[in-house]
Amino acid sequence: MYKARLFAVRHARAFEWLYARLESVMVALDPLFARIGYDRIERPVAAVERVTKGLLFDCRMCGQCVLSSTGMSCPMNCPKQLRNGPCGGVRPGGFCEVKPDMHCVWVLAWEQAPRMKGGGKIRDVQPPVDRSLEGSSSWLRVSREKAAQLHESRDARRTAMARAFAGARAHEPAVAPLAQEPASAVRADGGR
Amino acid sequence: MTEHDRLEFPPWLPTYEEPPHGHVSGSRLERVLRQGHFAVTAELNPPDSADPADVFEAARPLVEVADAINATDASGAHCHMSSIGICSLLTRAGYGTIYQISCRDRNRIAIQGDVLGAAAMGVRNVLCLTGDGVGVGDQPGARPVFDFDSLSLLRTIRTMRDDGMFLSGRRITRPPHMFLGAAENPCAPPLDWRPERLAKKVEAGADFIQTNYIFDVPVFERFMARVRDLGLEGRVFILAGVGPLASARAARWMRSNVPGVHIPDAVIERIEKAAKPAEEGKRLCIELIQQIREIRGVAGVHVMAYRREHQVSEIIAESGVLQARGFQGEGKHSERNHRFG
Repeated sequence: MYKARLFAVRHARAFEWLYARLESVMVALDPLFARIGYDRIERPVAAVERVTKGLLFDCRMCGQCVLSSTGMSCPMNCPKQLRNGPCGGVRPGGFCEVKPDMHCVWVLAWEQAPRMKGGGKIRDVQPPVDRSLEGSSSWLRVSREKAAQLHESRDARRTAMARAFAGARAHEPAVAPLAQEPASAVRADGGR
Repeated sequence: MTEHDRLEFPPWLPTYEEPPHGHVSGSRLERVLRQGHFAVTAELNPPDSADPADVFEAARPLVEVADAINATDASGAHCHMSSIGICSLLTRAGYGTIYQISCRDRNRIAIQGDVLGAAAMGVRNVLCLTGDGVGVGDQPGARPVFDFDSLSLLRTIRTMRDDGMFLSGRRITRPPHMFLGAAENPCAPPLDWRPERLAKKVEAGADFIQTNYIFDVPVFERFMARVRDLGLEGRVFILAGVGPLASARAARWMRSNVPGVHIPDAVIERIEKAAKPAEEGKRLCIELIQQIREIRGVAGVHVMAYRREHQVSEIIAESGVLQARGFQGEGKHSERNHRFG
């Protein structure tokens, strides 16, 4: 719905806040999701996501949501699906080149970005959309990716060890392992 | 034919050379710009023909003044000879070319392959464009692709060039030496954000920028001031787009039918009132070039003289922008006749 989308964009700051809260909840739930199995909850979560985001943002379920980097204005509504800003064809008054009755989603995005806390993210160069992820839940993807990032930062300490003893590791990989250890191999009490 | 003959490379095969130190491509355009000269590029009107002679015919009025010739990629979503075909022909004849890639018609697999193909044919400049929508073209029923946008395309080619890999991470043994270009439209809304977008394009990998038509110098001046404030001076070469208007009618048509063209009413009025509109259009173009070259941070001009290509040499000669490099006008030049890269 175009009107709902315009409403959401005009209240970008509020929706950004809401989205940030939702994200922390999703990340906190990662262990639970992992336990149930991400593939099991994929379909129901994607269905909920499709309805709510469809209503609010005219979401196209690209599966790689960038709303908080684009002024809460969904770039998939751009007829050229541009992910990095407006094309050169924007009409006077900020209307779309291809659909002259529609406001350019990127003009809206750039108007709202400065009012948002993380508005500077609009300057990030976004990669092309991975079309194989179309229809899948972006929320779950964020949850997985953020959780993986946390693991990565924890792993940084282990890689420091591996780098410091690179010679030994090359000959005896087990002395500074980097691969994920199965839970059964690690004593939960840390050996105390 | 002996086994040896069959394996021998054809004699016309050019060697794939590394660019000179401090250069990314080794193209003539890059060299001219890095030397601090005022550069001239010009747009070629691509033929609706398969005859290579038609390509050279279209290039003839431009080669004298252009450091590189832009071969458009189905601009305005109209079908013509491909940019890569035109660039290959002209490059082999020793002319500098700019291979335009629009994201409208091809996906990432096709484009990355074409970039390697173009580099192998000797093309050293590439212009990354989003492309006009299919609706304005001669075949509006075509499927719009837009797999990349101009920025993800820039970053992709930069990755191919600098990191020697495809977007998939697969290695490229000899990377494409390309001088990376992007477009910007300083006179289109949102005006305040156009310089930011330019910054983003530089961040994505743009080495040079060719702008859309500039008919509104004050707007362009404000744009350039902001570009300088953003610290982009010296990080990217900006070539301002100019072109002669044939008549007031043509100007109005362009304004309402070509996406992203902004022509102030005063400009159209001036041409309307002139006794010889075409002459006035040319005069205006020369004046615009002279005003634009005085703006700090402008590295050259990009001449788009659709169906008025015959005027390009005169316009450049009369503007005097190439005087420092010894170009006086038709037949009076010395070193500029034969150019390579």
